[in-house]
Amino acid sequence: MVDLWQGYAWPGLVIVAQIFAILVPLLLTVAYLTYAERKVIAAMQMRKGPNVVGPFGLLQPVADGIKLLFKETVIPSGANRVVFIAAPVVTFVLSLIGWAVIPFDFGVVLSDINVGILYLFAISSLGVYGVIMAGWASNSKYAFLGALRSAAQMVSYEIAIGFVIITVLLCVGSLNLTDIVLAQKDLWFAIPLLPMFVIFFISALAETNRAPFDLPEAEAELVAGYSVEYSSLTFALFFLGEYANMILMSALTVILFLGGWLPPLDVAPFNWIPGPVWFAVKIAGLLFLFLWVRATFPRYRYDQLMRLGWKVFLPASLFWVVLTAGVLVATGWAPV
Amino acid sequence: MIVQALTFYLFAGITVAAGVMVVSARNPVHSVLFLILAFLNSAGLFVLMGAEFLAMVLVVVYVGAVAVLFLFVVMMLDINFVELRQGFLQYLPIGGLIGLILLVELVLVIGAWVVAPDAAATIAEPMPAPERMTNTHALGLILYTRYVYLFQIAGLILLVAMVGAIVLTLRGREGVRKQRIAAQVRGRREERVELKKVPTRGGI
Repeated sequence: MVDLWQGYAWPGLVIVAQIFAILVPLLLTVAYLTYAERKVIAAMQMRKGPNVVGPFGLLQPVADGIKLLFKETVIPSGANRVVFIAAPVVTFVLSLIGWAVIPFDFGVVLSDINVGILYLFAISSLGVYGVIMAGWASNSKYAFLGALRSAAQMVSYEIAIGFVIITVLLCVGSLNLTDIVLAQKDLWFAIPLLPMFVIFFISALAETNRAPFDLPEAEAELVAGYSVEYSSLTFALFFLGEYANMILMSALTVILFLGGWLPPLDVAPFNWIPGPVWFAVKIAGLLFLFLWVRATFPRYRYDQLMRLGWKVFLPASLFWVVLTAGVLVATGWAPV
Repeated sequence: MIVQALTFYLFAGITVAAGVMVVSARNPVHSVLFLILAFLNSAGLFVLMGAEFLAMVLVVVYVGAVAVLFLFVVMMLDINFVELRQGFLQYLPIGGLIGLILLVELVLVIGAWVVAPDAAATIAEPMPAPERMTNTHALGLILYTRYVYLFQIAGLILLVAMVGAIVLTLRGREGVRKQRIAAQVRGRREERVELKKVPTRGGI
């Protein structure tokens, strides 16, 4: 009995506590990311944004959440009930479980697995299921069109993301996320691999269905795409999942290219600030880019989207994989 | 150990149940979703064996790419279930026969199965400690040295299949106006706009 307690029950409790320590701040961040999005875009369009609920409108996300919570969940009569409910749950869960392998500082990680980057890649490639299930189960043409677009889009841009990850892995020699960050101690990968950084960021926009690649929910053509039949909590889960995915992709970009929790220079004023703060600041910077892009660019046309993914990013990233491998072998810099 | 065993039976049980549901579900979309469930649980079984790389690749390739396209196609199918049921008795004998043949083959294969004689030698060799050698490393080392030709041949077969699929479906349609970005970028001002002097009340 003591064995069971020592071996399983106590570690299990510790893990549950750690999970809550990650998820609660994460969900708070998601809530305030929606607030930040409205404020940032408002400022760019010379408006005020939310400013009524609470000081500076700071309680707006809470008010929105309560509003969604108390609305009625409408399930269309022609919908496939189980799949219809499962779709937002899948989206939400997938956007959270990726955080299990993200290192916030040296050793501050829930699960330090050897194949961390592959795990994240797998999670992000599963993200399409929530959308496609929602589109099919809604039994509505707009939702279905949105889901089909989304499936094609996410599959296309995953290939570019895969090649970018391979380039970084060539420079690191390990699939462990902590190793990837530590390999950038002297030089962040964003500098030698700048084109890949740009490709990765744009692909991340496409992968999270953000503007200018938000065709799955293009409101001008498809009403609201795959989420058109969803209401109340089911819609809230989609919404939260989408924003949590944005933060997850930003965290992945920071780990792959911007040195994770490492300070920009390892000298006095910079290395006084603890690692998780650097990590959060970098993520916040990338999230600002996400919002900035949304306020700036018009939506892509569907054929242009496919052209960019297959005819520009795929050859360019493949070329960089070969180039990086060639340079690493020729100069002998390749990690063992 | 008991927790590992329970986890194994949980994953294995769900895999088998999902496999049964794949063939027995009435709605083909549900079948594909059960297939995905089976894949995910097989990945869990791989993780239990310590084959983490295989587990992740199973999820990335099969669930993330193959099953998505599968689902994509199945959702577009227009299936009439009444028609599907009608031929059931007609095809039962031939289907049963094929099933029986497969069963006999499986029994024969499993009955004649022996552990390869050199497997014992492989086991006797000292395995590198997992702290020094991750299984991604180990797989890479053996895949790109000992099995490099097989690996290349597999790649070539996939390439041929891909080229074949493109050749079969590509058709040059006449009269389709496509956007040519290079031509657009190359265009100069003189070709595109012209400044006309328009006399008052005269028109162009």
